[in-house]
Amino acid sequence: MYKYDAIDQQLVNERVAQYRDQTNRYLAGELSEDEFRPLRLQNGLYIQRQAPMLRIAVPYGMLSSKQLRKLGDIAKKYDKGYGHFSTRQNLQLNWPKLEDVPEILAELATVEMHAIQTSGNCIRNITTDQFAGVAPDEVIDPRAMAEVMRQWSTFHPEFALLPRKFKIAVSGTEQDRAIVQAHDIGMEFYKDAKGHTAIKVWVGGGLGRTPILGTVIREHLEWQHALTYCEAIIRVYNIHGRRDNAYKARIKILVKALGIEDFKQQVEAEWLHLKDNPNTITEAELSRVAKHFDAMPYDNLSAHDASFDSAIASNPAFAAWVKRCVHAHKQSGYRAVTLSLKPHGHAPGDITSEQMAVVADLADAYSFGELRASHEQNLILADVKLSDLLPLWEKARAAGLATPNIGLLTDIICCPGGDFCSLANAKSIPIAEAIQMQFDNLDYLHDIGDLELNISGCMNACGHHHVGHIGILGVDKDGSEWYQVTIGGKQGNDASIGSVIGPSFSAEEMPGVVQRLIEVYIQERTPEERFIDTVRRIGVPPFKAHVYASKEAVNV
Amino acid sequence: MSNLIKDNAILTDDWTRITPPSLGEETVRKQAGKVVLFKLTGEETFTPEQIAATQIPAGKVLVPFAVWRANKDELASRVSQGEVGLLIATHEAIEDVIAEVKDINAFALVAVYVERFADGRIFTIGNLLRTRYGFKNELRAVGDVLRDQLFFLKRSGFNSYLIRADRSATEALASLKDFSEPYQGAVDIAQPAWRRTNR
Repeated sequence: MYKYDAIDQQLVNERVAQYRDQTNRYLAGELSEDEFRPLRLQNGLYIQRQAPMLRIAVPYGMLSSKQLRKLGDIAKKYDKGYGHFSTRQNLQLNWPKLEDVPEILAELATVEMHAIQTSGNCIRNITTDQFAGVAPDEVIDPRAMAEVMRQWSTFHPEFALLPRKFKIAVSGTEQDRAIVQAHDIGMEFYKDAKGHTAIKVWVGGGLGRTPILGTVIREHLEWQHALTYCEAIIRVYNIHGRRDNAYKARIKILVKALGIEDFKQQVEAEWLHLKDNPNTITEAELSRVAKHFDAMPYDNLSAHDASFDSAIASNPAFAAWVKRCVHAHKQSGYRAVTLSLKPHGHAPGDITSEQMAVVADLADAYSFGELRASHEQNLILADVKLSDLLPLWEKARAAGLATPNIGLLTDIICCPGGDFCSLANAKSIPIAEAIQMQFDNLDYLHDIGDLELNISGCMNACGHHHVGHIGILGVDKDGSEWYQVTIGGKQGNDASIGSVIGPSFSAEEMPGVVQRLIEVYIQERTPEERFIDTVRRIGVPPFKAHVYASKEAVNV
Repeated sequence: MSNLIKDNAILTDDWTRITPPSLGEETVRKQAGKVVLFKLTGEETFTPEQIAATQIPAGKVLVPFAVWRANKDELASRVSQGEVGLLIATHEAIEDVIAEVKDINAFALVAVYVERFADGRIFTIGNLLRTRYGFKNELRAVGDVLRDQLFFLKRSGFNSYLIRADRSATEALASLKDFSEPYQGAVDIAQPAWRRTNR
């Protein structure tokens, strides 16, 4: 993974000093609440219901074991001994003290980490596929470009105060796993007819209050121009994006208002001025950064391992875990492993300091000391030998990190919700926990098969409910908490936004509602169909009919 | 004590900023019960009545674009003597301003007024004035200008900053040096880090 040089380290150190000074000025009353807000937000610090929340950047989800140990230590020293991995691959601490944040940042800087631009109206953490570099269907490892873009976007002076937050995702695989279509800018890398690396650029996607999938603004962009083309897009947005209404301030609203053709014309006109400026990426710079992402020093292994095969045959629990949590790898004899942060009955994405230490040890022992966070809020050890899977599983299981539910109904994506977040209309974690307990039978869960269930506590959609096969949205009606259900959403190349099935439900009803949706699926599915396929084939009405038929009291 | 920073020093401000008089009740615009804080790009700043009622005194004056446009013939000789600065607001379309003034370098001073700290249009406007429209003279940020914008303003082509009256310009000076080696190329340092040094 990327290692800081003197320039990177100095910049992060200077940020610590700057933020320490800003915090001191705020505490001394020299900065008002309104003035301090954008400053602390650009450093990932929210003021929440219970306490501040600090969002620590995990650039494109990559972490070293050393960094994870430090995060565990920080969570223990400054928080309540746990952290929460978010849907943007970052780590959130729910209980730090505002006065301690400069010190936390100083500690982070010692392991090449920071909280820069993890919130606020600026370019946020750039996200990508958690299997970057190891996925068999990968065309281009997007991490070097993600790092080049991270550096370019860090304190970009022209885009320091945009109309609203700005999220970029990059992907280099045939099967998109970075939801590029749900980002302000999505960059899809591919090899063009000449064999050169090119980018398909998507713009104007986003979830939130107004879910819209992105549109292709350019089919073919040479990789050298990635930064200047983004500058053109964001410049048009910075000037013309709405600032008078925060709910209409995302770039997707501007793209919709102008229409993609008009917007594209403005961007292309702007790009004529910016193209070939010094931010044009050189071969030398890309290869300097790409060296940090060279393939690991793999052993030459056969595609099969006898000890692994016999463990699968004799140990059903191990076999079940392998089926769900172990993924194909482009290197023979290696696998990628997902450590589930979704044990049933616990807050999705949460991890204790002790578990962080265990994962760091596992990464050191079995995966070259590195790991990744996924936007599905799990952790990944990307480079594990087949023969190491059994001992890894035993240790992970002992630490509660081996629930065999990856990609299943209980692998729920969930925002912190009303328990923590001051934006939320409703709680989300208790809903996730209740649904997990309703489906706590692993055989049943495996029979239901691939299913993505996403929960957001408000329309800001941090839990990506619009693209969940089943999406649950917390809504406020006259001061009480209700839940609106959508089905048919999907991430990936054929992404779609889910459809609302009808009036919303109370918290107590939710496990039963999900149960009835599953009943329709089990009844209607063909042998090969996943839940999402059945929804797409038969449509919403049969699901709606069954869910509401058994519902006594209809909420208006 | 002056609150003007120019080229890394605190100087006395010898420009008088002209503000059109407010005539009667200002309408407070609201949306869904909330006050609208930002004007959209392209909106008019002042009414024709306000512009007509504006008095322009002798000496070095900083004149809003709309006022200059209404008085440009009378002001022409003062412009050539370097006594007129042009004040642009962040919601005014910079290409329209340039189309109207023809030679932006005729003005000894261009100031960009930012009503709210969070309005980042000022950075793009500064960048365009320097890189596209070739403005070479003093480029000043005025309005809700606080020290935590200075580093970005400097990188966007500004070289003077009128710090908001209730804040210390002396303290703000320090923020021009918040970061020593920026990553990306911008107006002040055109080359990105990887082109400047052997990383």
